[in-house]
Amino acid sequence: MPQLLSNEARALIDREVAKYPAEHKRSAVMGALRIAQTEHRWLSEELVAEVADYLQMAPVAVYEVASFYNMYDLKPVGRYKLTVCTNLPCALSGGVTAAEYLKQKLGIGFGETTADGKFTLVEGECMGACGSAPVMLVNNHKMCASMTPDEIDKKLGELE
Amino acid sequence: MTVYVKGIVFENVDFDLPRCWSIDQYIQRGGYAALKKIVAEKIAPEAVIEEVKASGLRGRGGAGFPTGLKWTFLPKGYVGQKYLVCNTDEGEPGTFKDRDILAYNPHAVIEGMILAAWATGATVGYNYIHGEIFELYQQFEAAIEEARAAGFLGDNILGSSFSFQLHAHHGYGAYICGEESALLESIEGKKGQPRYKPPFPAVVGLYGKPTIINNTETFASIPWILRNSGQEFQALGKPNSGGTKLFSVSGHVNRPGNYEIPLGTPFAELLDMAGGMRGGKKLKAVIPGGSSAPVLPADIAMNLTMDFDAIAKAGSMLGSGAVIVMDETVCMVKALERLSYFYFEESCGQCTPCREGTGWLYRIVHRIEHGEGRPEDLELLASIGDNIAGRTICALGDAAVLPVRGMLKHFRDEFEYHIANKRCLVG
Ligand SMILES: Cc1cc2nc3c(=O)[nH]c(=O)nc-3n(C[C@H](O)[C@H](O)[C@H](O)COP(=O)(O)O)c2cc1C
Ligand code: FES
Repeated sequence: MPQLLSNEARALIDREVAKYPAEHKRSAVMGALRIAQTEHRWLSEELVAEVADYLQMAPVAVYEVASFYNMYDLKPVGRYKLTVCTNLPCALSGGVTAAEYLKQKLGIGFGETTADGKFTLVEGECMGACGSAPVMLVNNHKMCASMTPDEIDKKLGELE
Repeated sequence: MTVYVKGIVFENVDFDLPRCWSIDQYIQRGGYAALKKIVAEKIAPEAVIEEVKASGLRGRGGAGFPTGLKWTFLPKGYVGQKYLVCNTDEGEPGTFKDRDILAYNPHAVIEGMILAAWATGATVGYNYIHGEIFELYQQFEAAIEEARAAGFLGDNILGSSFSFQLHAHHGYGAYICGEESALLESIEGKKGQPRYKPPFPAVVGLYGKPTIINNTETFASIPWILRNSGQEFQALGKPNSGGTKLFSVSGHVNRPGNYEIPLGTPFAELLDMAGGMRGGKKLKAVIPGGSSAPVLPADIAMNLTMDFDAIAKAGSMLGSGAVIVMDETVCMVKALERLSYFYFEESCGQCTPCREGTGWLYRIVHRIEHGEGRPEDLELLASIGDNIAGRTICALGDAAVLPVRGMLKHFRDEFEYHIANKRCLVG
């Protein structure tokens, strides 16, 4: 079987493994899945199996973790996954407006991907940044604050 | 930047300096002095715990449990591995203080954990960081490396026989992992499903070993307490509510942000600091302690002081210190609908009352909001609440019920109006 995880990704996973007692290697599974997803954009069955193999875990145990936590994607997503928080504190300061603006601008609903495969839109829960509402995550790791329609336009323009 | 008033956690932090989070600047403002003193003078762990007890510091993560007391719950005379865990899985809607602590003063958390390790005998620690703030997880890893390079972390700290290893672990989108036993499961590489208690983590925790878990702000308060004194910390607040506390103010105010103020400060003053009501509108309601805390109407809030006892007496809780401010334009049915959706969506599904009950709560509030409510719905909400609260493995069930109860207690007329008229009282 071809190797999906690059050597760089494997080295990063090794760093995660080193954080935990040797007999508790599976503690590194959340970090390993994040590293795998960052490299491949989403977690295919083959990729999950390779992570399992690398950590000497049963594939089903890795799948269980990948399906429990919302930020792991078990289906293909666009090149840019945009997650917008619509929880109450954000909603009081434009969170829902931002989400509606994105839906209209991209022509997609929550959980959908644009036809060109560029954007996926996701409804998020509190990101612990409610003071900077509206808040949007780009590809899980880049947080953008104060996402008014103007700022959204600017941000989308930067994403190639 | 969203910190507007500084107390003990952000004392002397100059947010305008680039890299104000770095170790050099932390040391310049007195950082690691407490650690150096305790190691040099070989201060007894018991004495450190006594100082923390004297401070009146209560857990900043939501439950408000006295920190010094918690540290004494580790089994006496136990020899073997013990763990220390910091809870930075900040996901309680409205709360954004721990994020700013990691952004601007992460070494206070690191020093606090090292001091706690000295006091409890834990030799390995983890900081569990909310996946949504991944950039700060990376910065925290860099801060750990700085502390290690400076000899404050790792083997033989400052040349002594004391060793402590610290690592960062990230979540990836699950509110339930803020609950301490779910968090431990998550570090163990499993689904974040809470454990039955007892045994409590202090006895059976991470990998089955005795473990102390505290919130980020709790740990970040420790260096100040040991650098100054427990008594001085206590004196900053009120009896039974020692110190200053970070309040995350969100919603309809002119200046949403973090305000680190003495416990016992009147809510009205906090509202003023936050620039007052946005657009000069009238205050309608306040959720004083994160989305799980029962809502309070304006008249009660305006007479409230922000400390554990006063908020409890008013029928709510200080919780995580997240203050959600709502003006007269807010429809309470709609507000509750969004919160109920959150608990439904985030229930881990392990126990039936919570898994099924949160779905019921959401669907009923949803139908009331959408003009399909039935006259018996309010009684039904109350009875479902009674069948969830106190009957679940963890407190997420209670967290889902408390907002419903608060809304029905103070804004029942709005719900009744929705049901009778199929539309909103507010507009
Ligand atoms: C559903 C749920 C979510 C929680 N989320 C958090 C959280 O995000 N951060 C936190 O510190 N504590 C959270 N807690 C409280 C923790 O279980 C625990 O009490 C706390 O981390 C202990 O630290 P402290 O004593 O310093 O407050 C949560 C509890 C529940 C039931
Ligand atoms: S409610 Fe949106 S970040 Fe907290």
